[in-house]
Amino acid sequence: MHLTRGARLALRLATGLGLTVLYLPLLVVLVNSVNASRSFAWPPTGFTLHWWAVAWQQPGLRAALWTSVRAGLGATAVALLLGSMAAFAATRYRFFGRQTVSFLLILPIALPGIVTGIALNAAFRTVLTPLGIGFGLSTVIIGHATFCIVVVFNNVSARLRRLPASGEEASADLGAHTFQTFWHVTLPAVRGALLAGALLAFALSFDEIVVTTFTAGPGTQTLPLWIFDNLARPNQGPVVNVVASALIVLAALPVYLAHRMSAPAGGTG
Amino acid sequence: MPSPVRRLAGALHRRPGLRLTALLGAPLAWLTVAYLGSLAVLLLSAFWTTDEFTSSVEHVWNTDNFTRVATDPLYRTVALRTFGIAVGVTAVDAVLAVPMALYLARIARPGSRRLLLVAVTTPLWAGYLVKAYAWWVMLSHGGVLDWLGGTPGFGVPAVVITLAYLWLPYMVLPLHAALSHLPDSYLDAAADLGARPWTALRTVVLPLVTPALLAGSVLTFSLSLGDYLTVQIVGGTTQMIGNVIADNVTLDLPLAAAVSCVPALIVVGYLLAVRRTGALESL
Repeated sequence: MHLTRGARLALRLATGLGLTVLYLPLLVVLVNSVNASRSFAWPPTGFTLHWWAVAWQQPGLRAALWTSVRAGLGATAVALLLGSMAAFAATRYRFFGRQTVSFLLILPIALPGIVTGIALNAAFRTVLTPLGIGFGLSTVIIGHATFCIVVVFNNVSARLRRLPASGEEASADLGAHTFQTFWHVTLPAVRGALLAGALLAFALSFDEIVVTTFTAGPGTQTLPLWIFDNLARPNQGPVVNVVASALIVLAALPVYLAHRMSAPAGGTG
Repeated sequence: MPSPVRRLAGALHRRPGLRLTALLGAPLAWLTVAYLGSLAVLLLSAFWTTDEFTSSVEHVWNTDNFTRVATDPLYRTVALRTFGIAVGVTAVDAVLAVPMALYLARIARPGSRRLLLVAVTTPLWAGYLVKAYAWWVMLSHGGVLDWLGGTPGFGVPAVVITLAYLWLPYMVLPLHAALSHLPDSYLDAAADLGARPWTALRTVVLPLVTPALLAGSVLTFSLSLGDYLTVQIVGGTTQMIGNVIADNVTLDLPLAAAVSCVPALIVVGYLLAVRRTGALESL
């Protein structure tokens, strides 16, 4: 693209400014996690690891973390199964209503979370409660899986579109039946996309709070709910900040994993 | 005699309709029953009423809730404020994202592009609440912005800033994808015909990336429209539609359901409007 030197410099500065804005608030949180000032006075009044020690002593915090992990795993499992099935259907077949199916898959992620949350809340109260099924981890998983399906669907669909049919045809010609072809040819080819979709689905579920607010019920608290509850308590400020800092550091992990998974694999792609 | 598995595989192979049904059955059942079913229950409950003394829901059909939503000035004020915030967030994100995406996709050295894209998307993993909290820290009196020269404090501007920060990567990603796939030959042709770079940008690049811009706007707009947590964290006493819904869910579900139809209809309408441009395929 041919742009003047000034224009290129302007774009470079704009990008640099954008990245600075993206990272500055996160860096401030990290610094405050070792800021001796309880009220996060700026600049920091001193260095301490005290808040990290205090945070780990919170029993509610560890329970909430465990709940979030279980919800994430449950939602990811459902999303992997349903999302990949829908992806195969949408990319391998032309059928009446395919556009409608795609729209249906996008809706849970496009509609405001509070609409999804309150809809599920109303449905659970109207349908499940009379059956004696209360709000809890299972209702959280149902809510999370609903909007995680689309991310698995998108990843697997994109991969399938790039997958030539010749491998599967060769397998069939050599006598393999449908399941053998799927297991030995198709599944290995989409494994990377499934992993990427699973990683993204888990991250979405782990972070979710809006839908969770309406589907968790009083006895279930995920990590985001714990954070939000404690934001309103001034004395908990430093502890909340430590949890936030830990999550920021953990955020780099899926990026690293995704990078490793997408690295060229010796031309077998 | 072939094994039962092979016979089943053969049956599936010979009947594409059976394979399609097997693949679509579960996903459609989940989305139709668990999701559309829930939306249907929500819509139905908007027509019910609430006993003022017990707060229990009475299945008495009426349109009182919609009448209240349509006529009460409070709801109109909140709806307009929420719409304005969502539009503001989308506009801010578009203004920030276009130069960033342009630089990442077309200007940056090829070796740096991937790293820069990763840098833009990494904050997405940090978590919604963590980032909203980060801006609460930034905006606090005695915090970083105060130290740098002044904070706007908590209110509508803080909400727009924080939401724009949260959703910016969702605007950059589709724009980056569209700009990356833009053929060089289009730009070369424009240059050969005498167009200046900015003319080429306006007449060639912008129309081609409009679907991507709309795709990004779908997320930034709808996510802002339904938000009610960021506004509780950095909004001071500001109320958005989401707050009204959340406040009423427990005590007056039918009214909350009626109010939630407002953002739902706006988003569905917007999705249907931009669908024709192919924007949804960029999501």
